[in-house]
Amino acid sequence: MNRGRPLRFAPLLTILLLIGPVGAGVLGTLAPAFGYLPALGGVSVTLDPWRDLMAWQGLWPAAWLSISTGIGATVISLIISTLIVAAWQGTRVFAFVMRALSPLLSVPHAAAAFGLAFLIAPSGWISRALSPHITGWERPPDILITQDPMGLSMMAALVVKEVPFLLLMTMAALGQTDSLRMRMSAQVLGYGRVWGWLLAVFPRVYPQIRLPIYAVLAYSMSVVDVALILGPTRPPTLSVQVLTWMSDPDLSLRFQAAAGAVLQLGLVLAALFAWRSAERVVARLGCGIAMRGHRGAGGDAASRGVALSLAMICAGAVLFGLGALTVWSFAGLWQFPDLLPQQLSLRVWMAQSGNLAAATKDTVIIGVAATGIALLLVIACLEAEYRHGLRTSGRALLLLYIPLIVPQVAFLPGLSIFAILTGVDGGIAAVIMAHAVFVLPYVFLSLADPWRAWDQRLGLAAQTLGAGAERVLWGVRLPMLLRPVLTAAAVGFAVSVGQYLPTLLIGAGRIETLTTEAVALASGGNRRLIGMYALLQMVTPLAAFTVAILVPSLIYRNRRGLSVSV
Amino acid sequence: MNRMISTAAAIALTASAGFAQTVDPSDWDAVLAEAKGQTVYWNAWGGDQRINDFIASVGAQMEAEYGVSLEHVKLSDTANAVTRVLSEKAAGQDQGGAIDLIWINGANFAAMKENELLFGPFAEQLPNWQYVDVEGKPAVINDFTNPTEGLESPWAMAQLVFEYDTARLSEPPRSVAALAEWAANNPGRFTYPQPPDYLGTTFLKQVLYGVIEDPSVLQMPVEAVDYDVTVAPLWDYLDGLTPNLWRSGAAYPQNEPRLGQLVADGEIDISFAFNPGRASAAIANFELPDTVRTFVFDQGTIGNASFVAIPYNAANQAGALVLANLLIDPEVQARAQDPAVLGFQTVLNMDALPTEDRARFDALELGVATLSPADLGSALLEPHASWMTRIQQDWITRYGVGQ
Repeated sequence: MNRGRPLRFAPLLTILLLIGPVGAGVLGTLAPAFGYLPALGGVSVTLDPWRDLMAWQGLWPAAWLSISTGIGATVISLIISTLIVAAWQGTRVFAFVMRALSPLLSVPHAAAAFGLAFLIAPSGWISRALSPHITGWERPPDILITQDPMGLSMMAALVVKEVPFLLLMTMAALGQTDSLRMRMSAQVLGYGRVWGWLLAVFPRVYPQIRLPIYAVLAYSMSVVDVALILGPTRPPTLSVQVLTWMSDPDLSLRFQAAAGAVLQLGLVLAALFAWRSAERVVARLGCGIAMRGHRGAGGDAASRGVALSLAMICAGAVLFGLGALTVWSFAGLWQFPDLLPQQLSLRVWMAQSGNLAAATKDTVIIGVAATGIALLLVIACLEAEYRHGLRTSGRALLLLYIPLIVPQVAFLPGLSIFAILTGVDGGIAAVIMAHAVFVLPYVFLSLADPWRAWDQRLGLAAQTLGAGAERVLWGVRLPMLLRPVLTAAAVGFAVSVGQYLPTLLIGAGRIETLTTEAVALASGGNRRLIGMYALLQMVTPLAAFTVAILVPSLIYRNRRGLSVSV
Repeated sequence: MNRMISTAAAIALTASAGFAQTVDPSDWDAVLAEAKGQTVYWNAWGGDQRINDFIASVGAQMEAEYGVSLEHVKLSDTANAVTRVLSEKAAGQDQGGAIDLIWINGANFAAMKENELLFGPFAEQLPNWQYVDVEGKPAVINDFTNPTEGLESPWAMAQLVFEYDTARLSEPPRSVAALAEWAANNPGRFTYPQPPDYLGTTFLKQVLYGVIEDPSVLQMPVEAVDYDVTVAPLWDYLDGLTPNLWRSGAAYPQNEPRLGQLVADGEIDISFAFNPGRASAAIANFELPDTVRTFVFDQGTIGNASFVAIPYNAANQAGALVLANLLIDPEVQARAQDPAVLGFQTVLNMDALPTEDRARFDALELGVATLSPADLGSALLEPHASWMTRIQQDWITRYGVGQ
C-alpha cells in the first residue's frame, strides 16, 4: 500500500466541505432571485424579482458606490502597502512600522470603523481636541464627514484595515523571494531604492499576493458592517440595501433581495475580471518603462517620507480610534467639547464581566477548531498536489472563492436552510464547520503561494539522503514553512473571530461569541459597550498573531536563511 | 447530492407527519408541569444593555420560581428571527424549532400572522391576563390596528416622546408646525432616523397626524382612501423641513440609538424616543446631562404596545407560555416601569390589581426627565400597518435615493 494514498482524497474532501454548504447557499440565493421560494408562495420561475430590483431608483447609484468604494479601497491599500515595503524593507523603521501595523490586522472591521467614526466626526475626538480654543466651536459644526455621499470615509476605514493585511501577505511572500539581494543588485546598477524594488521585486511578489488582493477587492465591494457605520445612506451600498430588504418584515422583498445579491455577485465577478485585465496592461506598461532604464534614484527621500506618513496615519487612525473606544468604556458623562470624560467608572466592565468570559471562551474554542480543520485540509491538499502532481484547476479555485465573493447576507440564509435540513444546526459543531467554510479559503490563499514557492530541490536533496515523503514533509518542509503556516493560521483565526452572520444563523442564535455580542450591541450604538467588546475582539486574535510572529523568530533565531529581514 | 436531497425529503416528511400543537394553554397546571426543566430561547433585540439586564433578571426569577431557564438570543434586528422561522418552515422543520419566543410587533407580527408562523391563540388563557388593561389600552389587542387574536401577548407600552436639553433650549416646539418653524430658525439641529427605520417612520406618521385634516382615515387601510391627496400635506411639510435638517438631509442617523448618540454629542438639540423613560435612564447612566427633559406635542403622540409571540414550531412552547405569563406578572411589570430599571410603561390595569401590587406601582419614582401619565396625555393610535408600508416606500423614492 502506498502510504501517501489517503492524501489523494484531500482535495476532494476539501471541495466537498466547500461545495456542500456553498452550493446550497448559492442555490438558496439563485432560486428566490428567479421567483422560486415555496415557503413564501413562490413556486414558478419568473423574472419579477429582477423587474422589482430595476424599479428601485437607487439601484445604479448603489451599485456604483459598491464598485467605486471597493476598487478605490483596494487600489489605495495596495499602493500604500507596496510603497511601505519598497521604501523601507530591511530597515529599523520597517521593523517599527510592522510592529505598529500588525496588531491592526486583528482589529475587527466594525470596531475599526466605529473608532474612526468617533475620531473624524464633527463631534469627534479630533474636533474636541481643537475646540473651542482653536476652532472656536462651542457646538459641533454641521459638516458632512461620515456617511458622505461618495463613501470616502467608508473607503478610509477599509484602507486602514486592508493595508496591514496586504502588508502581512507581502511579507509572507517575500520570505520565498530573494528580495533583498534583488533589490541590492538593482541598487548596484544605480536604481533608486523604491524604483528598483518596484521593477525587480514587485513583479515576483505580485503573483503570490494576487489572491489576497482579489479577496480584499471582493470583500471591500460587498462589506456590510463598515458600510452601515460610515457609508452613505441615500442610497446605501448595494450589499447594505440587500441586507435591508432581507430583514424587511415584508417577506415578499426577499425575492428582490436575492436578485440584488445575484447582481452584487455579478458586480464582484466583473470587477475581478476587470482587475485581471488591468494587471496585464500594467505589466506591459511596466515592462515598457523598465526598458527605458530610467533609474528613478531621485525620488527615494520623498517616497520614504510619504510611505512612512501613510503607514503612521493608518496605524494612528485605528489605534487612536480604538483608544477612544477604550476611554468610552470607562466613561461617565462625556460631552462635546470635552477632550476626556467628566467622570471615569468601571460600571460597564463590572456589569459585563460574566458575559465577557463566556463569550471569549466560545470564541476561542470555535476559532481554534475551525482553523485547525482548515489548516489540516489545506496542508493535505497542497501536499497532495505536490506528491501526486495534481493541479488545482481554475474551477476548483473558483469554488474556493465563492465563500469570499458571494455576499454573506445572500449566501447564509440558504446555508442555514441546508443546516436545518441535515439537522446539524444550533450546535457548536455546526458553527465550527460553518466557520471552517469561511476560514479555509483565507488559510488556503495565505499558504498556497509560499507553499508552492518552496524550493523543491530541498525535498529532492532530503529524499536522496533517504528520507521518505512523510519525513520530507514533517522534517524539512513544515519546519521551513513554519512562518507562513502560523501566519495562515493566525489569519484564519482572526477570520473566525470576526464572523457574525454564520455564527448567528447556523448557531440558531444560541452560540454567543465576542462578535455576535458586539454587533448586537453595535446596532444600539452604545460606544461604551462597543469599546469594551472591540478591545476584546482585538486582543483575542492579536494573541494568535503574536504567536505567528514570535514563535518562528524564537525557533529560528540562529537560522539566518529562514528569517525574513523585517 | 442525490442522497442528500432524499435524506432531506425524508426528514421533512417525518417532521410534517409528526406536526401537532401539543401544548394546551388553558390547562395551566399541565403547562407548568411540562415547562419544568425546559430552556426557553427568547429572541429579543439586544441593542440596549438595560433591556438585556432586565431580561436576565426575569430569567433568574423564572428559574427560581418555575424551574424554567431563559436564554436571551440577542438580535440586531427582529426580522432575523422571522427569517429563521421562515427558513425552518422552508426546510420542513415543523417542530423542535430554535426560537421559543420573539419580542415583536407591527409589521413583523403582521407578516408572521399572515404566513401562519405563530402558535396560539394563547394570550387570553394566561393566568395574568386578568390584569391586562384591555379597555384602557386598546393597543394591547390591536397591533397597528391588526387584531392580535391572542397570537401575541403584550408586555410593555411605548409612546413617542421628544427629548431636549434645557441648557440649550428653553422652550421646545410643541406641535408639528412649531417644530418646522423652530428648525427653520435653528438649521442643522434636528433630524430623524432614516425610514424604513421603525422610529423614523413613526415620526412620519406623527407628522401625518399633525398635517392632515381628518386623522381618523389613518385607521383605515390606505386602499380605502384617496392616498395621494391625503398624504400630499406630509410631503409639502417634509420638502420645507428637509433643508433645515442635520446635514441638510444629506445623511440621516440609521436608528433610535444613533439618534440618541447625536443628542448626547450635542450635534442636535431635539431628539425623540419610543420609551418615555429613556431620557431619565440615560441620565442615570451618564449618557445624557441631567438638564435633559422630555415633552409631547399638544395634540398627543403616537403610542403602541410591545408583544411576545411564540413560533408555531417552537421546541419549548410550555416554557414560552410561562415566560409570556411572567412578563405580565404585576411585580415584573412594576420592575420594568421603574425608571432605574427600564422605564417601560405597564400594560396592566391599576384598578384590577390586588392592593399590594398596586402599591408597587404607586411607590415608583418617575425619574427626573419622565412625564407623569397626566402630562403624557392619551396616546394617538397607530395608523393601519398599510400606511407605514406606503409612506416608507414613498419616502424612500422621494428622499432616500437622491444623491
